[in-house]
Amino acid sequence: MIRSEVLKEIAPILRDQLVVCNIGIPSQELHAIDDQPSNFYMLGTMGLASSIGLGLALAQDKTVITIDGDGSILTNLGTLPTVANNVADNFILLIVDNGSYGSTGDQPTYAGKKTSLSAVAQACGCENVVECRAEETGAVLQQAIDSRQMTVIVCKCESGNAKMPVITMDPVVIRDRFMKAVQA
Amino acid sequence: MSINEKIADTLIENEVGFITTVPCKQLAGVIEEVENRPEIHHVPSNKEDEGMGLCAGAWMGGKRPAIIMQNTALGVTINTLATLTQYYRMPLPMLISYRGELGEPVACQVEMAVHTKALLNQMNIPTYHFHKREDAEELDAILKYTFMCNKPVAILTDATFWGGY
Repeated sequence: MIRSEVLKEIAPILRDQLVVCNIGIPSQELHAIDDQPSNFYMLGTMGLASSIGLGLALAQDKTVITIDGDGSILTNLGTLPTVANNVADNFILLIVDNGSYGSTGDQPTYAGKKTSLSAVAQACGCENVVECRAEETGAVLQQAIDSRQMTVIVCKCESGNAKMPVITMDPVVIRDRFMKAVQA
Repeated sequence: MSINEKIADTLIENEVGFITTVPCKQLAGVIEEVENRPEIHHVPSNKEDEGMGLCAGAWMGGKRPAIIMQNTALGVTINTLATLTQYYRMPLPMLISYRGELGEPVACQVEMAVHTKALLNQMNIPTYHFHKREDAEELDAILKYTFMCNKPVAILTDATFWGGY
């Protein structure tokens, strides 16, 4: 399974939650599969999806799911100690780990080589870390939502991208409708 | 009242409820004050761009954010300021220690000090410079301005303001 197939499968679960989605092709895929006002699409700023999601989860009570990538976690590796030490039980960090920088031409990341992001997350102090196969993502994600405990999920999937259009929505529109969904 | 207490009071009066910090020696007192105030959720971050991401999320979650950081970190935040804070039109008061100004004992700090105002100017970030203790009287108006216009706004605080090294 590649990321877009994972997103297709979990879209019905994501639909009712606040979602912060990683820059580039992940946001384009989610937008094309199931655009929702409760999705915050990152149009730039590689690496900060987990930080935005954590800040949002700490500021209000609704469940927040950040869809991140292995490449962007590596870009902002300092995020994992911050997540671990600022527990928000309404926060789920879903790292779609395809071992590659998907948006830039599928160059390999170190997460696809020797570095285990689930081991890194555990070493940083994250208490609920689940590594799963792509096919299990839906069940693991639902379980994390139901547990009401902060969870880091590392979903190991294959490298590859679906061809989806670029998001042309204005960033202020994305942000405004997202904030209305947060307040709803 | 100490300057640190005054700054924390002004932040709280303006309903700033979420503050992320990356330490600087000059900011140690205000960071400690922020940590001790129950009205403020303090989240230390490892890097300033990460902190700006936290602030973006907190603001969308309904809390007024602020970041406390050193001017030497401006370089690592340029992309975040442009593509997140400014692009999505988000407010962000940035209380910045202005290292490398008069009284600075560490020569290397001057290397970023000479770029600080130029970078902020290039980014079209409204910038205020606290040099004397009474300049802190303007913090209240600066915070109101920031949350009125939904922009990042910089408050540079130099060694003279903090009372030397």
